[in-house]
Amino acid sequence: MADRVGMEVSVAIGEAARQANVDVVAAYPITPQTHIVEHLAELVANGELDAAYIPVESEHSAMSACLGSAAAGARTFTATAGQGLELMHEVLYVASSMRLPVVMAVANRALSSPLSVWGDHSDVMAVRDTGWIQIFTENGQEVVDQVFCAFRIAEDNKVLLPVMIHLDGFHLSHVIEPISFPEQSKVDKFLPPNKYPFPLHPDKPVTMGDFAPPIIYPEAKWAQEVNLRASKETILRCWQEFADIFGHQYSPVEHYHSEKAKTLLLTMGSFSETAMTAIDKMRGEGRDIGLVRLRLWRPFPFDELRQAVRDAETLIVVDRALSFGGPGGPVCSEVRSALYGEAKKPRVVSFVSGIGGRDISLDDFEAIVNKGITISEKGSPNEFEIFGVRE
Amino acid sequence: MPKRKPKSEGEMTWRDLEIGAIVTEPGNASRYKTGDWRSQRPTYDFKKCIKCALCQIFCPEGCIFQNDDGNFEADMYYCKGCGICSRECPTGVITMVEEEE
Repeated sequence: MADRVGMEVSVAIGEAARQANVDVVAAYPITPQTHIVEHLAELVANGELDAAYIPVESEHSAMSACLGSAAAGARTFTATAGQGLELMHEVLYVASSMRLPVVMAVANRALSSPLSVWGDHSDVMAVRDTGWIQIFTENGQEVVDQVFCAFRIAEDNKVLLPVMIHLDGFHLSHVIEPISFPEQSKVDKFLPPNKYPFPLHPDKPVTMGDFAPPIIYPEAKWAQEVNLRASKETILRCWQEFADIFGHQYSPVEHYHSEKAKTLLLTMGSFSETAMTAIDKMRGEGRDIGLVRLRLWRPFPFDELRQAVRDAETLIVVDRALSFGGPGGPVCSEVRSALYGEAKKPRVVSFVSGIGGRDISLDDFEAIVNKGITISEKGSPNEFEIFGVRE
Repeated sequence: MPKRKPKSEGEMTWRDLEIGAIVTEPGNASRYKTGDWRSQRPTYDFKKCIKCALCQIFCPEGCIFQNDDGNFEADMYYCKGCGICSRECPTGVITMVEEEE
C-alpha cells in the first residue's frame, strides 16, 4: 500500500470506484451519501474517469438504470442512503434475482418520520431479505478496500450477485480519515475486466426477468438462495487473496479479545471501533470481556458466529435499529436464531441503541455491558432493552 | 450450461435453470399452450364467411389463420376462447360454445 492520505471517506469511495475503473454510475444524491456521487460526477466531468454518469430523477430510476447497465456487461456502481434505499426497494430484488453484479455503497441512515438524516441501521434492515450480498465496514480504509473486493466478488461468474457495502452515515461517511490507496497496477491485477456471461446484444438475444408461473417460480428462487449461500466461499477466497496482495485481512466475523472471554459484546458497523476502545478500558481494569463484530451480514455467517461465541457465558448484542413489535434488535434476533439449536451457547441479551445518529459513547458501552451482565444473570421480562432513551 | 434436450417447466429442477432464470432461446414462448386457458371454443358456419379477415385483425392472441379452403379459423393450441372474433364477425360465422372436458 502507498502512503496514507487524509481524505473524507465519501470522497475516498469515489476514488476507489475510479481505481476500480467503473463504466457506469447511475445515482441520485441523498444525505449522507451525496459526497460519494458528487465526487464521481466531478471525476467524470473532469475527464478523470472514463465512465457514463447517469443523473436520474429518483433512486428507483437509479437502480433501474443500474440493472440495464449491468445487463449490458458494464461495471456498474451506485450509492444511496435511508429513504433512497427504501425507494429502490422493489428494484433491489430484481437486481439480485436477475443476478446482476451491481455494487452499491450505502451510507446507513435512519428512516422517517420524524425526519432524520443521521445514521442508524433501519434502512439496512428493511432491505435485509433482498438477496444482495451485504458487507459492513468500520472505517474509511475498510470501505475503500471493500469497493475492490465487492466488484471482484459480484462479478465472479460463480457468484454474479449485487453487493452492498454498508458504512454508517456521518459517523463514517463524513469524517476525514487516513487512507492508503493501492497502486493502480495491483488493483488492475486483483480486479480483472468484468466478463458478465450474458451481456445484452442484438446478435445473442436473451430474456431477463421473464414471467414464471407457479410451476417454475420456486425452482428459480431456490437456485437464487443456493447461489447466495454458496457465495460465501468466493467471498472468503477473495478476502484471503486481498490480504495476500494488500495486507489487510477481512473475516465474516471479526474478533477482538473474544477467545475464552466470559462476556462478549457483539456490534456491527463503525460503532465497533468505539466498542473496541471500551473493551480495552474494561480489560485494563481486569474484566473478562471481548468483542465480536459482524462484517458479513448476507450471506449470514452461521458457522463463524457459532464458533466465535460458543464458549462465552453472556453475549450482549447492540443493534442500531428497532424491529417494531418484533423480537428485539434485528441482528440479535438472527444471532438468537443461529444459536437456538446449539447445545453449548451463551445467554443472549439484546440492546437497541444509537438510533437516529445518537452516539454510543465509551461510558455507554460500559453501562450496556454492566446492565447486560445483570440481565444475563437475573433475567428480564423484555425481549430487548432500549438504551439511552430518556424516561 | 451444457446443451440438452429442452425439458418442460414441470420437469425442470432448479439446477436446470440458467443463472437468474434467464431465457437464452429466443421465441420459445411459442411453445406455451395458451389454449389451456379456454373455457369456450369458437365454432364456424363457413357458408356465411365473406373472407373479410376482421376476426384475424381483432384476435388479441394473433392465432387466427386462413386455412386451405380460404376460411379463417383459430389455432386451438393458442386460442384462449375470448370470443372477440365471434363478437366482431359481421356475418355471424362464429358461435362460441362451452368447452367440455
